[in-house]
Amino acid sequence: MIHARGLSRTFAKKRGRQSSEVKAVAGVDLDVEAGEIVGFLGPNGAGKTTTMRMLTTLLAPTAGTATVAGCDLLTDPVGVRRRIGYVSQAGSTAPENRAGEELVSHARLYGVSTADATARGKQLFAELDLDGLWERQPKAMSGGQRRRLDIAMGLVHVPGLVFLDEPTTGLDPQARANLWEHIEALRRDRGTTVFLTTHYLDEADALCDRVLVIDKGSIVASGTPDELKSSVGGDLLTVTSTRAAEVAGRMAGLPGAETARVDGDRVTCRVPAGGAALVALLRDLDAAGIEVTGVESRRPSLDDVFLTVTGRSLRDGEHPAVPEPAAEATR
Amino acid sequence: MSTMVRDTGTVFVRALRTSLRNPAWLVISLMQPVLYIVLFGPLLEPIAGQLGGANAYQVFVPGILVQLGLFGSAFVGFSLIAEYRAGVIESQRVSPAPRAALLLGRVLRDVLVLAVQGVVLVLVAVPFGLDASVGGVVLTILLVAVLGGSLAAVSYALALTLKSEDAFAPLLNTVLFPVVLLSGILLPMTLAPGWLQAVSDVVPFSHIVDGARSLFAGDFGAPDVGWGALFTVLLAGLGAWYGTSQFRKESG
Repeated sequence: MIHARGLSRTFAKKRGRQSSEVKAVAGVDLDVEAGEIVGFLGPNGAGKTTTMRMLTTLLAPTAGTATVAGCDLLTDPVGVRRRIGYVSQAGSTAPENRAGEELVSHARLYGVSTADATARGKQLFAELDLDGLWERQPKAMSGGQRRRLDIAMGLVHVPGLVFLDEPTTGLDPQARANLWEHIEALRRDRGTTVFLTTHYLDEADALCDRVLVIDKGSIVASGTPDELKSSVGGDLLTVTSTRAAEVAGRMAGLPGAETARVDGDRVTCRVPAGGAALVALLRDLDAAGIEVTGVESRRPSLDDVFLTVTGRSLRDGEHPAVPEPAAEATR
Repeated sequence: MSTMVRDTGTVFVRALRTSLRNPAWLVISLMQPVLYIVLFGPLLEPIAGQLGGANAYQVFVPGILVQLGLFGSAFVGFSLIAEYRAGVIESQRVSPAPRAALLLGRVLRDVLVLAVQGVVLVLVAVPFGLDASVGGVVLTILLVAVLGGSLAAVSYALALTLKSEDAFAPLLNTVLFPVVLLSGILLPMTLAPGWLQAVSDVVPFSHIVDGARSLFAGDFGAPDVGWGALFTVLLAGLGAWYGTSQFRKESG
């Protein structure tokens, strides 16, 4: 669905008389197959939005090539536009207009007849839990409803590929979980390919078949959430026992285990395939008559992944390394 | 080409609906011309003779029509900045619609609004004593509509470049204020001393105002009419070119 090679975007930046160049995106290669949900994960300013704006024809790349939905990005942007849906962070409707009318006039720009657009729009409203809001003004809707209206706007011409830019930013946890279900349903019920950006690890984890981690304009890691987590070096076992030293000794005997760390009566250790290792360890401890008061096996989070590949925690990454002018302008 | 027509129509209908949905805007835009006639017109009646015509409104109304075309359209960029903020422009630019249609649909809405305002203005002026050539009035409203359309296109293009009300407002005031004073919109430049007339001659809008006054007087063959029409057509070409180029730009 998407095949990009060396996609780059440089912004000219003027400071006084000196002008310098800022590389917002530095040679991104990416491939997304039909029917996939792929997440673009990275801190603010990593180049997520800039890459997405290039792939959706809104921003001309300064270098590189891409094929999006079967059309060449540079020579056939209109073909790309016809085949994709784009849901930006900024919204898509005028606050005073009626939701249904905005949807229909948007569909008309894709050559959909008014009758078809109305039928499709009403169906989308039903699917996205927007029943009864056809005549509502977007300004009178909740944040979650407006986001779903934006998604309906991006889907009304039935594109095979949808770009979602930070779809759940600013939503409360319930609205986020609800939106995730709708995004999953897009693929399940319509076979739509979804490419989304996020800076939430749990979102990438919950939704995406594959995750591309971007930092400072380059892709630094990619794979399924599980693959990425396995690259961290295994699951974290935690055992609580009054005989911590003995537990640590036996933990070290687990196949592939790293050195165990003892902290009071808590013992922690990374091992591959934590579940199986934990069962073996408990049998072993039980046989030796060592009493255990608590056990836990935790899969590494995508935050651990981000820390491993960039040396920084994603949560610390709130200072944008590279300004993202496009995102700033819409704020 | 049919996509161009269809998408222009879609954008036009949506833009018009957005305007009509705002009743305050509707009342203000129709009240403005009425207020000019009612509150400013009577001031000119005693000096009608000096203005070079027996009928003060024959001189005054064409000026107000051109001013309507200037101000009504120069400020339309503000609505575009609001639409940009709401994400509407981006979501339309990611559609396959021709960029020119996104501009032209909006401009046609502004042209229609201007034409309606112009008709209201003339109708209100009649009971006050406006006496003018009907053909001249129709042609003037047409001229003002084209002028307004070209300025609206420029206004949209500037708004799309600046994307900020804080930058857009001072720019408009800086340009419009001298233009209004130098175009002889409120009082004819024939009253001005020689040096001021010379400066005024350089401002194309002054020729359009003079042309409109000749049309109102029924003097269709006056050189002013030709110059006014020529400048209007040139402005229309400039507006279409500049506006479309800004909507086409793949950045920001």
